[in-house]
Amino acid sequence: MLSLSIGEVSAALRKGRLSATELCRRCLNRIRKTRHLNAYITVTEDLAMKQAQEAELRLTRGKPLGPLDGIPFSVKDNFCTENIETTCASHMLRGYFPPFSATVVQKLLDQGAVLVGKTNLDEFAMGSGSTDSVFGPVRNPWSYSVSYREQSREQDPDSDWVIAGGSSGGSAAAVASLSSFMALGSDTGGSTRNPGSLCGLVALKPTYGLLSRHGLIPLVNSMDVPGIMTRTVHDAATVLDVLQGRDEKDSTTVESAYSPSSLPEEFDVRDICVGVPKEYHAPGMSAETLAQWGRVVALFERAGARVKEVSLPHTQHSIVCYHVLCCCEVASNMARFDGLQYGHRSKVDSSTEALYATTRHEGFNSVVRSRILAGNYFLLKQNYDRYFVKAQQIRRLITEDFRRVFQSGVDVLLTPTTLSDAARYSDFIQEDNRTRSAQEDIFTQPVNVAGLPAVTVPTALSSRGLPISLQLIGQSFQDMKLLTVANWMEQQLDFPIIRFHDDTDQERECKLGS
Amino acid sequence: MVYNIKPRYNVFSPRGEKNFAYVSSQLRGVVGLEIHAQIHATSKLFACSRVAFCSPPNSSVAFLDASLPGTLPVLNRRCVEAAVITGLALNCTINRKSLFDRKHYFYADMPAGYQITQQRLPIAVNGSLIYSYFGGRKRNQVLSRCVRIKQIQLEQDSGKSLHDDQRSQTLIDLNRAGVGLMELVMEADMSCGDEAAAAVRELQLILQTLGTCQGNMSEGQLRVDANVSVHCPGEPLGVRTEVKNINSARYVARAIDYEIQRQKKVLENGGIIVNETRAFDSKSGTTIPMRDKEGLQDYRFMPEPNLPPLFVYEDEASVPAGVNPTQVVMIDRLKAELPELPGVRRARMVDQYKILPEHSFTLVNEDGLTEYFERVVRNTKAEPRKVIGWVMKELLGNLNQQSLKLAQSPVSPEALADLLNVLESGHISSSAAKVVFQEMWKAPEKAVEQLVKELDLGLVSDREKLLKICQKVVDTHPEQSHTKLKWKNTLQSK
Repeated sequence: MLSLSIGEVSAALRKGRLSATELCRRCLNRIRKTRHLNAYITVTEDLAMKQAQEAELRLTRGKPLGPLDGIPFSVKDNFCTENIETTCASHMLRGYFPPFSATVVQKLLDQGAVLVGKTNLDEFAMGSGSTDSVFGPVRNPWSYSVSYREQSREQDPDSDWVIAGGSSGGSAAAVASLSSFMALGSDTGGSTRNPGSLCGLVALKPTYGLLSRHGLIPLVNSMDVPGIMTRTVHDAATVLDVLQGRDEKDSTTVESAYSPSSLPEEFDVRDICVGVPKEYHAPGMSAETLAQWGRVVALFERAGARVKEVSLPHTQHSIVCYHVLCCCEVASNMARFDGLQYGHRSKVDSSTEALYATTRHEGFNSVVRSRILAGNYFLLKQNYDRYFVKAQQIRRLITEDFRRVFQSGVDVLLTPTTLSDAARYSDFIQEDNRTRSAQEDIFTQPVNVAGLPAVTVPTALSSRGLPISLQLIGQSFQDMKLLTVANWMEQQLDFPIIRFHDDTDQERECKLGS
Repeated sequence: MVYNIKPRYNVFSPRGEKNFAYVSSQLRGVVGLEIHAQIHATSKLFACSRVAFCSPPNSSVAFLDASLPGTLPVLNRRCVEAAVITGLALNCTINRKSLFDRKHYFYADMPAGYQITQQRLPIAVNGSLIYSYFGGRKRNQVLSRCVRIKQIQLEQDSGKSLHDDQRSQTLIDLNRAGVGLMELVMEADMSCGDEAAAAVRELQLILQTLGTCQGNMSEGQLRVDANVSVHCPGEPLGVRTEVKNINSARYVARAIDYEIQRQKKVLENGGIIVNETRAFDSKSGTTIPMRDKEGLQDYRFMPEPNLPPLFVYEDEASVPAGVNPTQVVMIDRLKAELPELPGVRRARMVDQYKILPEHSFTLVNEDGLTEYFERVVRNTKAEPRKVIGWVMKELLGNLNQQSLKLAQSPVSPEALADLLNVLESGHISSSAAKVVFQEMWKAPEKAVEQLVKELDLGLVSDREKLLKICQKVVDTHPEQSHTKLKWKNTLQSK
């Protein structure tokens, strides 16, 4: 039951074959059983049951609020949730209870969705492994899957578990471990697509400006977007329809000219031109990822789509451009954390300066602090032109690269999402956060730099039994069109549902049947 | 710094360096002003918390004002209009596109750790303010000056800090945090305290007329910082100091003049001026160096990523397709609604009513006095030049004596007009009229005619009666009757 899509479970709820409270209870049980994944920071049991009861009343009366009524979901802990602790996985915000909810969270709640918990992440969304949280790292549910364990030489999963990806690892783990049907992540350089890819999910990064960022605690204001994680493309489209739209409270949202609310009934892949950027043949990409890329290109070709190689010449500068701008905005956004109005406050009170310094030193981990330091350096008057302005100029060139390619008749671009399948935690932590981010974000961050929509779709399991995924990149505000292509791709691929050793037969029946 | 003028004498500083010293009279003051005007609006610049004065501490604080993480700024339309209106009144070029930036520094009354301002491209530039002040030896000459307005920018106000040194704590009130400000930069075209004070007063008047700022300096609605330096005319500008903490219009002149004098003395004694911030101490009338908390402050300016560029449009025709015209600020609409500015009104008063320029200043400076004056003029046969005398002396005299505002005047314009009509018709003499005026002040419910009767101040025109009165006077004062008595052809009072 828990591995059903939103569409399927929503139909079951509406037909009365399943009760909302029963569904919620199952998800909460699942959370308890999968505690070892460390996907959740806060589990909102009482609130969830209350919401489920309200949903049940509506459903029994035949008056559901919409396709998400009664559906359990989780939210990355950098989205504000009213009166529910919001920590950003940092000491700085331990015990912080926001007095308001993020717009996208509120929209889901207004549709009757049931919030089961706040998920774990890299501190302040800085990282690509969900390994730098004050609550400990997130484990990829696939570490415990039949496919991984069967080929693993280790008997003890605790020694060779793999990372969930980051920074929205907790959200990905929640959906992949079947304790949520959908989850909100955030995507600044790939933070929704990366864990989505490693956990075998559909993860959408919408166009910048399509979804409201009000209530999303910012990392890089000019690149952040709320991300959507589901198990099918159709589900992602359902959630996108609920969340998209101009928000008065966010001046960077736009009412896009034409925004369809669902995937089209008819779609002919022969109308599509798929671009394959040659610069995305990055060193470090695994052979299996490369093979999957080739496999899906061939799929499109065989089905009659036009496929052509394209060039995005400024790609090589993207990661540096991203890092400079990211650090600058981080330095600015983190300036508000001084312990005075909210959050952690140091006991040192010899002077205001001392209070600020110790509060910030105690509250932030070294990743955050190093980005603040770098950002402040780049923003110094004498450095501003050479770093910030230069990076913005490169940013425009990167954006122009994409624009030119799309103008030449390409509808979507097909690239890998990550370099390989999920790494073992013990291997991943051999390099520091900055190095890993630079490596892992290679395919995802140019999309944020340009503000485009992109979606990751799982294609196959690797020889290690772990998901490999590919990314489709679309044109600005053509998110539904992007998902249309992704939907077709998903249907051709038949990616397997996750199976765990501890699944009971009954559960397996539920998954296959219904 | 070495100056290329011929010094009168050389002086050796304590360190043995040779400094050039100056004779005070060669040096001239150079004054520029940075003025922060709180925008008169219902809510703050980027949040809908109320702009509240004298409210309990922290009672008007939106989530954004407290910099709660995840909050985003949303621009207040009224503030943009206020800046455009002010820019238009000051002959500025309104930038069709302007940008917002973050100015970073840590201070407890600025919760975000940065202020949102307009550093790169402000909303209005290159304007001018014409002001007048009373100069000449008798200070009754109206001298006209012009100061260039470099720019007007929109920015956030900070909260307030109250330092409690006894308890080693600082109390923060965020009611003011986020209130919209217009920062007006006046170029260094002024040369002394009087000019600066006059410029400030004229600006106050303009802002109050426009309704974009209430301009009350003691309440902090208008804050003036002065940039002061001295130099010999024709030579490069001297090092300047910034003078802060000027809390009233009259302190503007005192603070600046003190600072000019101080700098002149320093240079006279062979010293050098340090680029520093000084606070004006009203008790001693001096400027004191402020604790150097800024030093070489690098504000690490960065564009505000949450606010797209601000576009204002000339008129409806220039609004691009797809943009809702009700959602934009249009300059022509605001231009059409501009009220009569003080300078224009003064000129009109002089031109239309032939009154003296000094009187036009008084009329425009007092809130509502022009309207009062014009109403009297409309309702009376008396010449405006006569009316102005009554307004300046009798009316204002009484108001000032009793510390009343014009709105509290017991004598209405119509009543005064009545009195002047009676005076014009010859029923009373001018000295009697003054007496009647005082009685009207005390008993505003009584009509002029009634009071004249009660006080028996009416002039007698009956020849018979007059003869009787004269005879009586002559009879009772025989000595004086031998003196030449001048009989007027017209009426004479008893």
